[in-house]
Formats: sequence, C-alpha cells, structure tokens
Amino acid sequence: MTDPRVDHLPPEAAPIRTWHLAFRSRNLVIGGALTLVFVLAALISLVWVPYDITRMDIANKIKPPSVVNPLGTDHFGRDILSMIMVGARTSIAVAVIAVGIGMIFGVPLGLWAAARKGSLLDEVIMRANDLVFAFPALLIAIMITATFGPSAVNAIVAIGIFNIPVFARLTRSGALTLWQREFVMAARVAGKGSARISFEHILPNVTNLLIVQGTIQFSLGILAEAGLSYVGLGAQPPTPSWGRMLAESQTMISFAPHMALFPGLAILLTVLGLNLMGDGLRDIFDPKLRRGRS
Amino acid sequence: MLRYTLKRLVSLGVSLAVASVIIFLAIEILPGDPAAFMLGVNAQEDTLNALREQLGLNGSAWERYSSWIGGMLIGDFGTSYTYRTPVAEMIAARVQVSLPLALYALALSTVIAFPAGIWAASRRGSAADVSVMGLTQLGVAIPNFWFAMLMVLVFAINLRWFSAGGFPGWDAGFWACMKALTLPAIALALPQASILARVMRSSLLDTLSEDYIRTARAKGLTRSQALRRHALRNALIPVLTIIGLQFSFLMAGAIIIENVFFLPGLGRLIFQSISSRDLIVVESVVMLLVFAVVVVNFAVEIAYALVDPRLRARG
Amino acid sequence: MTLLSIEGLSLDIHGTAILRDVSLSVDPGQIVGVIGESGSGKSMTAFAVMQLLPNGAECSGRVTLSGHDMLTLPESKLCALRGDEVGMVFQEPMTALNPIRTIGDQVAETILIHEDVSRADALARAREALNRVELPEDRFPLTRYPHELSGGQRQRVVIAMAIALRPKLLIADEPTTALDVTTQAQILKLLERLVREDGMGMLMITHDLAVVSDMADEIVIMQKGRVVERGPSPAIFANLQHPYSKALLAASGHIPDRVTADTGTPLLEVRGVVRDYRLPRKTLFGAPVVINAVRGVSFTLERGESLGLVGESGCGKSTLTRAILGLEEVQEGSIRLDGQPVFDGHTANRAVRRRMQVVFQDPYGSFNPRHRVERLITEPFHLLDTPPKGAERDAAIEEALTSVGLSPSDREKYPHEFSGGQRQRIAIARALIIKPDLIILDEAVSALDVSIRAQILDLLAELSAKYGLTYLFISHDLSVVRSITDRVLVMKSGEIVEEGPTARVFDSPQHPYTRQLIAAAPKLPDTSAA
Repeated sequence: MTDPRVDHLPPEAAPIRTWHLAFRSRNLVIGGALTLVFVLAALISLVWVPYDITRMDIANKIKPPSVVNPLGTDHFGRDILSMIMVGARTSIAVAVIAVGIGMIFGVPLGLWAAARKGSLLDEVIMRANDLVFAFPALLIAIMITATFGPSAVNAIVAIGIFNIPVFARLTRSGALTLWQREFVMAARVAGKGSARISFEHILPNVTNLLIVQGTIQFSLGILAEAGLSYVGLGAQPPTPSWGRMLAESQTMISFAPHMALFPGLAILLTVLGLNLMGDGLRDIFDPKLRRGRS
Repeated sequence: MLRYTLKRLVSLGVSLAVASVIIFLAIEILPGDPAAFMLGVNAQEDTLNALREQLGLNGSAWERYSSWIGGMLIGDFGTSYTYRTPVAEMIAARVQVSLPLALYALALSTVIAFPAGIWAASRRGSAADVSVMGLTQLGVAIPNFWFAMLMVLVFAINLRWFSAGGFPGWDAGFWACMKALTLPAIALALPQASILARVMRSSLLDTLSEDYIRTARAKGLTRSQALRRHALRNALIPVLTIIGLQFSFLMAGAIIIENVFFLPGLGRLIFQSISSRDLIVVESVVMLLVFAVVVVNFAVEIAYALVDPRLRARG
Repeated sequence: MTLLSIEGLSLDIHGTAILRDVSLSVDPGQIVGVIGESGSGKSMTAFAVMQLLPNGAECSGRVTLSGHDMLTLPESKLCALRGDEVGMVFQEPMTALNPIRTIGDQVAETILIHEDVSRADALARAREALNRVELPEDRFPLTRYPHELSGGQRQRVVIAMAIALRPKLLIADEPTTALDVTTQAQILKLLERLVREDGMGMLMITHDLAVVSDMADEIVIMQKGRVVERGPSPAIFANLQHPYSKALLAASGHIPDRVTADTGTPLLEVRGVVRDYRLPRKTLFGAPVVINAVRGVSFTLERGESLGLVGESGCGKSTLTRAILGLEEVQEGSIRLDGQPVFDGHTANRAVRRRMQVVFQDPYGSFNPRHRVERLITEPFHLLDTPPKGAERDAAIEEALTSVGLSPSDREKYPHEFSGGQRQRIAIARALIIKPDLIILDEAVSALDVSIRAQILDLLAELSAKYGLTYLFISHDLSVVRSITDRVLVMKSGEIVEEGPTARVFDSPQHPYTRQLIAAAPKLPDTSAA
C-alpha cells in the first residue's frame, strides 16, 4: 500500500479561487466522472438495487449479459450488476476509511517531525517509517487478517496501517520545505510557536499534496482490498466484494467469462478514475512554471 | 565510501534486529495453541505439555526468541509443526519457484519500462508520449491477479500456448520452468513496469529541465547527446529507489499470483502455514522476506553512492 | 567584419511578444553590455543568438555570427558552432555543472565534442583551461567534483568550459549576479582579461549599470523587449537621450532624502554575542563540527538612526539578526532593547519583541499564499497583550496600508495579485502595524529592480521620519547601504571588523577587508564630469 510514485508539487500554491479552472484539466474531468459513477453506484445501492442479491435463483444461473441482466448472472443466479453496485460499497468504504486512518495519524506525525527536525523525535518517526516500508505490505495485511480473522474491518486496519507512514513521510517533506520559507519566519517573529505555525501556516499549504496523495492511496486501497478479498481475507459472505467475485469466477472462466470480466473491469475503472483525478488535481495545483528549455 | 557503507551496514543490522523482534511479538499474540491444534481439543494436558516441550513452545519469550535467532544465523530455521520437516528444507524448495519468478518479473519490468520511459520523456507531448502515458495509466490500474486470470483464459485455455498453472520442477529442464513462469511473471511485471516507466519519464523530465543540461547544450551537445551523457545517469537516482521498492511489491504480489497459477512457492506456503497455525514456518518465511527486502534496499543505497559522489562525501 | 550582428530581431513565445525589433552588434575584441531590468528581454536576446530558446519560440529578423545566419541554420550546424565559435556563461553557478561528473570531464567534453583528439589530449587541454581561469592544479585537480567548489569557483569552471576552444564570441548572462561582491569583482576581472588575451568579442548581460559601465566598450539599454538606447561607454552616460535610460541611471545612484534624527540615546545594545552551531559529525568517531557563526559581536544602535550592517554570505549577519529578533538564543553575551533583555532565561521577552519587527528579502516567499493581505499584515498583533478588534483593527490596517502607498481596498486581495515591489510594501506594512521602535531590514531591497528599489528606499526614509523609526539595514549591496545609512558596521567571519559613520568608512576604509570590499564594489559612471 505504499506508492512509489514521486510527487513533484511545490507544497504551497495560490489558492484556487474559481473552480471553473478545475474543468480545464481533461484528466480531472474524465477521472472525476469515472470515480463518480462508482461512488454513485455505491450510494444508490444503499437504498435500491435492480435485484436482491441475497436470494439465489439457480434456475437463472450463469446467464450471459442480456436485457434483463445487463451484466449477466453468476453461478448462484445472482445479478452481477447488482452485486457490483453493492461491492462498490465495500471497496470504497474500505479504501476511504483506510486513507482516513493514514491521514489522521500520519499527518500530525509528519507535522510534528518537521517542526522538531533533527531531534530525537524526528529520528524515531523517520526510522519507524522506514521500518514499516521495509515490510512487504500485502504480506503483513495477509498476516493480520489471517490472524485476527478475515473481515472488512480487519482489512481496513491492515491497509490503513500502511497508509500512515506514507502520509507521515509526505507531510514531513512538504512541511520541511515550508519551514524554510520566510513567511514562517515572519510568524515566528510575530511570536507564534511551532504548534500554532504548523496549524495555521504549514498544514493549509500541504493540503494540495495531501489531496493528490489521498487519491493515489485511495486507488491503492481499492486494489489492496480486492487482493485481500480474492484470497478470502477481506469482507466475508454475505457482504459482496469485487475480489471475492473474481475468486469465485476463476474455475468457471472458460464458459462464463462475463463473471470474471465485469468485477475486474469495475476495479480497473474505479482505480483508473481515481488515478486520473489525482493527475488532474496535480495539474491544477502545480503553478505551471515548468521551464520549457529546449 | 567506506564510511558510507559501514553506516548503511549498521542501519541494515538494526532494521533486521527490530524487524525480528516485531515479527516474533506479532506471532506471540496469535491466538491458538499449536499443540492443541495438532492433537485436537480432547488431548490430555500432559500430552499437550510434552508436545509443547518438544516443539520448544515452553520457556520464556526471551529464550524462545534467542533460540530462534540463533538458529537462523546458522541456517537452522526449526522444524515445522505440521510437517515435521526442517523448515529450511521447505523454504529452500519453495524459494526455487519464488525467487526465479521475482527475478523474471523484475527483469521484464525493467526491460520494458526503461526504454518506454526514456522514449516518452525525450518526445514529451508527442503522440508517443501520450500513448505511453495512457498505457501506463491502464497498467497501473489493472489488478494483477485479474490480468493473470484473463491471460490464462486467452493464452492457456483458448490458444493453448501455455499451461493454466502448475510448476514442473527444475528437473524438467530450464525452458520448461521458464515457460511455466512466463504468464505469472508478465502478470506481476505489468503494473510494476507501468509504475517504473512513469517514474523514469518524470525523473528524466525533471533532469532535462536542470541548468546543467542547458550548459551542455551551450557546449555544442545535441539534444540526444545531452540526454544520454548528462540527464540519464542523474535521472537514474530516484529510479533506483523505486526498483528497490519494487522488489518488495514483487514479493508481496507474488503471493497472490501463486494462487492464480497454483505455483508451489513461498506464497502458498504462507497461506497453508497460517491456516494450520504452523508458527515456526510463518515466522521464518516472513523474516526471510523482510531480510530480502532490507538487503535489496541496502544494495540500492550502495548503488546510489556509486552513482552520486555527493553521497559518498557526506558519509 | 562584425563578429555578431543582430538586426531587427523579434521573438514570440507561445504568441506572447518577448522581443521587438532588437538590433545590436559586437565587433571582435569589443565588449558590449546589455542592460535591462526584469522583463526587458535581455537574456532572451542572448538565448536567441545561441538558438537555445524554449519550446514555442518563434524568431524573425537576422542574427549573423561570423557570417553564419543563426536563425536559418539546421540544428546540427548550430551544435557545431556552440562551444566552438561562441561560448556562454550563465547566471547560476551552483546548478550549472553536472553534479555527478568531475570538472575535468566536463571541461574536456567541450573539446571532445568539436575536435577529434584523444581523451588524454582533451584532459591536458582542460587542465590548461582551468589554469587560465585561475584554478591551479594543486588545489583543483581534474578529479574534483562540483560540490567541492564554492559558487565563484564553479563559475570559473563554467568559464573554462566556455573558452576552452577559444571561441570568437563569449556571451555572459548575468554571470556575477549570484556571487558575493568580492567574488564578483574577481570574476569580472577574469572575464575582461580572457577577452583581451584572446581578442574575443563579449556580449555581457546584466541589470547592474555599475558592473557594466566600467567594462564595456558599448552599452545597449533595453526595456520591455526593445532597445531604447545604444552608444559607446562611458560617453553615453553623460548624454542619455531616452527617458527610461535617464530614469534608470538616476535610480541606480538614487539617494533618498533623509533627515537624520540623532538623539544620541541608545536603543539596541549588543554586547559580546557568541553563537555556535553544532553540525552532525562527519566521521563515525570524530568530534562534532562546531561552526562559530557569531564570535563576540558588540555594537550600539541609537534611537532614530539608520545603521547599516554589511558583509558577504557566510559572515554571520543572518544569525545575528535572528538572535536580535529573539528567534535564537545566544551562547554568550547580551542583547538589550532600551535596557530590557531580549531573552528572559530561555523564553523570549514578548514586551521587548513587540518593539522590533523585520522586513525580509524575498517578496515571493514572505507571505503565506493562502492568506489575504489583511490577515498577513495583522500577524504581529499576536505579540500584543490586547490586540485591537473591530473598528480599531480596521483603522490600524487602513493606516498601515496607506502609509506604504497602497490602498485600503487591497486588504481583500491575495499576495499573488501584487508585483514584487508592491509585496515589499505589504511587508513593510506588516512591520509597521504595531508601531515598533526598531525595524530590521534584512536584504529588503536586494531582490528588487533598480527603479522599484529607489521607490522603496524613498518610502523607508519617509516612514522613518514620520514614525520616528530606527533602522538596522542589513545588506551585501554597498551602494544601497551607502545611500540610506548614517553609520555602518562591516562584518566578516562572525566579527565586526570596522565601524563608523558611513561616509567615512566608504571614503577612507581602515581595515584591509573593508578596503577590499569597497574596491571590489562596481562604481557608477561619473556623469558630473562630462
């Protein structure tokens, strides 16, 4: 759940006063639209789905896509479209909460470490971060969920834990750049202490970085949840999950490819949408100062 | 350079030590008594105790930890509870599948990503660049196990070029094994190559906008000469970090891919051991994987210093 | 034959007009200085000659170098000319060299690109080039890496690369702007010597009139992409025609009208201040490195006066400033404002700190980009026990903004909506708002264009009279310090080496370092003796 993609945003940038600027970025529009489709599907599924997925309808099993079942039915006769909508709930919820965990713990740690750069606290936080990065994330997630029992909650915790050092490291590095700026020194001259400065000056100026990274971690969370569910360690039945749908479809793939195709596509499109959004946000936040030297 | 290497070695040692403690403690809090698991719920207390004694489950935490570490240092990873065979043997058998798979995937990933990333960066904004960016966006978003399933559908079931899974064992010959590992390696390599290509591209773009590239052009170097002689090596530095991290991802991703292809690797071993509460195996495999990751990171840091003289000086 | 001839050059980048109808020429052995402020297009003119323009650039007109038409030559021919026929030196020496290759390699590369010689030969010639730029072998072997060199030394390497093949034309784009005064003088001397020795023509681009008026044979003045005046130097200065040129010359030597309010009562007393830093140890078992940033500095600043503090980078003036402002504790010595110590034990004394404020150098980094002006300039209220609220606060904001020449409606805007000079005004408003006794100006005008600088200096003089302010003016720029201070301190390596009334120190410096500094400072042309 760590993302090796390098981020090039200068931490601070003028605030976006008019949101119509947002529509200038094609990435943001397309990505946002894609993501929105699945978020809406998840929300709508809370009140309505085309078919009741808790009931099996063996007579209707393994039907290819048709007018009645736009995405076909699975080996229990359940409508795949409905299952994908409900599955969206699981994936998105797990990924969002995991990002939340990462931010709630990681950002303050990063701010604190930057405010006390060079001190023992900073060293400890940095070493702890490095240590977490040394563990293969998925492996540990597997261990945690296998140990404490597979469930959506444990998946959230397992994924969330690995988000913490990501946000801590990002926040710290963005904050360190900002601490060098003269406006921070001006705040110190005005008698403000580091906690206050971290809050008033540093945090608002790293939010751009955090938002972009947040979308990336969100997308990684969806992939991770799918992976865990695939090996049976994520949300358990009857809660549907895209990953488990794929696992169940594996033995039938030669004669019922639609069962494997659609859940996988759902994962692909959601992740793609989030990544495009992240790219688009990065585009708008970055004051287009790239020197175009030949 | 020596100073730098020593510092890194110390750091490596510390990481391993701390990691081992964490792993040990984590396993400690796993609920479930392996002895009870093996003998059943109705077993007698003395029998359980005898078994526990035999398995080395009695004794304080410190005793068990130090015997574990001591054993590992001499290559003795203990004996599996479930199979009663030395863990080292089991691991060795599985490593023969997992390690070649990881290396194969790493090689594929680098061989595809480097040229793609360089090509895209040198033709920034062109159709070539846009298509590389588009493809890598897709590559990053595809769940690798799903891609694996699709490949099995197309290449194994329909086209019959490859088998749908399984591993023949190295006795069957080098090429037979490589063939069995090809689809899994591609599945693993796809997202990694996509990430690596993007990082290569962005790192190179950053480097190309540095002042010393302008100086190089002012000396009379053509654009491609400046790229090759000045930008490329500098751009490699952040890329090296990513390759190091990739190894960690490959180890983790392999666990799931082994499931899709029924490969008898470390991943399958972990799953089986976790469900049968074979703690010794779990501890050792996890420690081994962490060790591999830490060592690879160490190698990456040494590689940095070889490329960038500023790091050698700072020590 | 003219070496370089630019006729009617116009340049657009992505549709925006950058240069319009620029014409100038350089003869062999002649030094032509191009002067302009930011946005004048002077650097772009140089890039146009080398054809190293950014993407989206479109040129029209003629640029002829040794008979070659630069605008129509194919890239391969241009590559052959660059480095061989024309060499270029850039502004930022710290980033101009590839950090992972040795200096020998990089200089030799110029030779290897253009001539078919062995690597050993190229390295030998690189050694010669480095010797010519005064980097002798014993201290600067070919195996050195750039990070082991200072800014001035790196610039010498860049020059060595540019002249290694003895080009006919050398283009220098602000080559000394990022360097200290004394280093600047050395590099300029070096350039002049090389040019005379090789009979090169040089196109020297700068914003500093003083730098170029000494060296150049001909001056070209540019404004907003056009050439406004051309003529031989120094004669041209006695007879400037264009209003912009006249304004530029006036602004360069501008001395604001000041009233010296000499009250004789001490306001700030600094006694024996010592400040050390510990750096992490370099070797595993060695002693930690200690840097003595400030070594026993003492001086008195009197109420109402304007005291200058000059020194080059690394002399300790920034550290001293932070100590005075109460941002850092000192190991020894005391700092008192009106008898009250700045530090009370380990905490800074708020009552003292609210009587001092500061204006920084960087108009682009001094403000949190997410806050509006009104929030930015009221930040110092945090030092007051009862900060004003409501109508009182509004009145304070209004007064601060109008006294620096801005309008009260500007309080709603964001910093990025203002120019550099305006942002410095906002910074001054922020410093003024709590009516301090002392304002420290830390390189406050160094990043501004000359004409804007003159306006800000005027403003500062006016404010000092109006509010009875005392200034501590820190700068590396001697001409600025001379124009606005009553007394001056000269700092080197953590110590004050000379102190006295400004006029006296500048006219007859006593300490050898001060002499060196004054001698190195470029002088404006003396237009009084026409």
